[in-house]
Amino acid sequence: MKVKEPFKFAAVGVIGFWLIAFTLLPNLLVVVASVLERGGDEFVALVFTPDNYRRLFDPLYLGVLLDSLWLAAATTLLCLLLGYPFAYLLTRMPARWRPLLLLLVIVPFWTSSLVRTYAMVILLQTNGWLNQLLLDLGWIAEPLELLYTEPAVIAGMLYALLPFMILPLYAVLEKLDRRLIEAARDLGAGRVTIFRRIILPLTLPGIVAGCLLTFLPGLGMFYVADLLGGARAMLVGNLIRDQFLSARDWPFGAAASVLLTVLMGLLLWAYYLSARRANQGALP
Amino acid sequence: MKPRGAIQIAYLVLIYGFLYLPILVLIVYSFNDAKYSLEWRGVTWTWYRNLLDDPDLLQAALNSVLIAALSATVATGIGALAAVALYRYEFFGKPLLQGLIFVLMMTPDIVMGIALLILFASLSLPLGFWTLLLAHITFNIPFVVVTVLSRISGFDRHLLEAAKDLGATEFQTVRRIVLPLLMPAVAAGWLLSFTLSMDDVMVSFFVTGPTFEILPLKIYSMARLGVTPEINALCAMMLGATLILILVAQLLLLRGRS
Repeated sequence: MKVKEPFKFAAVGVIGFWLIAFTLLPNLLVVVASVLERGGDEFVALVFTPDNYRRLFDPLYLGVLLDSLWLAAATTLLCLLLGYPFAYLLTRMPARWRPLLLLLVIVPFWTSSLVRTYAMVILLQTNGWLNQLLLDLGWIAEPLELLYTEPAVIAGMLYALLPFMILPLYAVLEKLDRRLIEAARDLGAGRVTIFRRIILPLTLPGIVAGCLLTFLPGLGMFYVADLLGGARAMLVGNLIRDQFLSARDWPFGAAASVLLTVLMGLLLWAYYLSARRANQGALP
Repeated sequence: MKPRGAIQIAYLVLIYGFLYLPILVLIVYSFNDAKYSLEWRGVTWTWYRNLLDDPDLLQAALNSVLIAALSATVATGIGALAAVALYRYEFFGKPLLQGLIFVLMMTPDIVMGIALLILFASLSLPLGFWTLLLAHITFNIPFVVVTVLSRISGFDRHLLEAAKDLGATEFQTVRRIVLPLLMPAVAAGWLLSFTLSMDDVMVSFFVTGPTFEILPLKIYSMARLGVTPEINALCAMMLGATLILILVAQLLLLRGRS
């Protein structure tokens, strides 16, 4: 680096320092902590052990892990099933309405998901709005226990994450070349064939991006599981939090979060592959 | 309207309803003059007045605004510098920096929270104001970088060459040409950072101590005990503040584009 350009030197120096000190270093420390033993007075003891990773596959923790994967996957699937037709219909709306309609999707995306989770509690509690509505309609005879159930957690995560699915889907669906669909129709393809052979492959990057943006946060949102799922630890996020807060087993918590990060890496890799394939497919 | 069109509209309305109904219920009940029942008993400001009479809560709100304003300011400074550097220069380690910004953006909040907690613990930093500030600056930076970079990419490079030909130093070029052109994106980045910081639960949860309480964590601990009209009022105020900031940020970006 030439000292002739002090501004460049300063700019690169500041951002470089910050990212190395507060992104690279902390993440390396997590990896290091995950292979150390639990300490007495200190949080970790400088003794190497692979035990933390072995314990992740202990039936007790494996159960939480599988629960969490199931909840996140169910949420992601619901987001996709609800979000795809929604995003498609948005792109078919008159062009002058679209910015406003899109803004209406973005507004909840930017408001605090804690506040939105809390709003869900109000809706679902036993003497809450939804129960009252169902009672008034005469569909149920007595209030249902909606809160502190698995569906409540899924509903909460769905509510918090749906905009993250809709936005990337909207982005790919809007770019979709409609001439391809017309060409397929002229060549005699039916609706199902057009969807399966043309629309689906071309929008795959958006689908994968949306699934990533809902699935990954879905694994960690411990406050949703807390507020809507009750005391039982349901998500990997709750497990990690408890290790750092109540159990004071930092190395184990670190191992769980390394697992989460590896999972994220794998999914991002899958995204990269699908995006590359879609780009190749689009070439003439 | 064709029946199929009606079904499509109904579907859109249904999803928008799902997105907005809970928020709407929350806001409406923050004005309801009844402590526990859902029955509508008329409009009241009691819950809002109670909030303003609670010194702990006011302190937490003040702390939140302080952290949000400071972290947004520092993150905007660093993020804008980073965006300019990434756009203008080739340097050793550039792919690494770009990679780290990407990692920072994609890392789940909870992983970032514990990573920073481990860092602060190994440096023996006491958890509180400073650790919270450092953490918030860190998670705000990539959002500023992305906002500013997206604007820079539409830049006319000739302006910078012209400045150089006329004898401007690097610093003068940045201050007199690059920054003014970037102002809308910088302002939008600041507002987005401020909002993100005001709303964050997960990272803050790990990196602040009992000496320094902030609003989202206060709401979280209150909400775990159950629903009260005071929390409704508090959440409604948070929503209102966020919405105003977002709309201002969007307007800035739109004006900058035209």
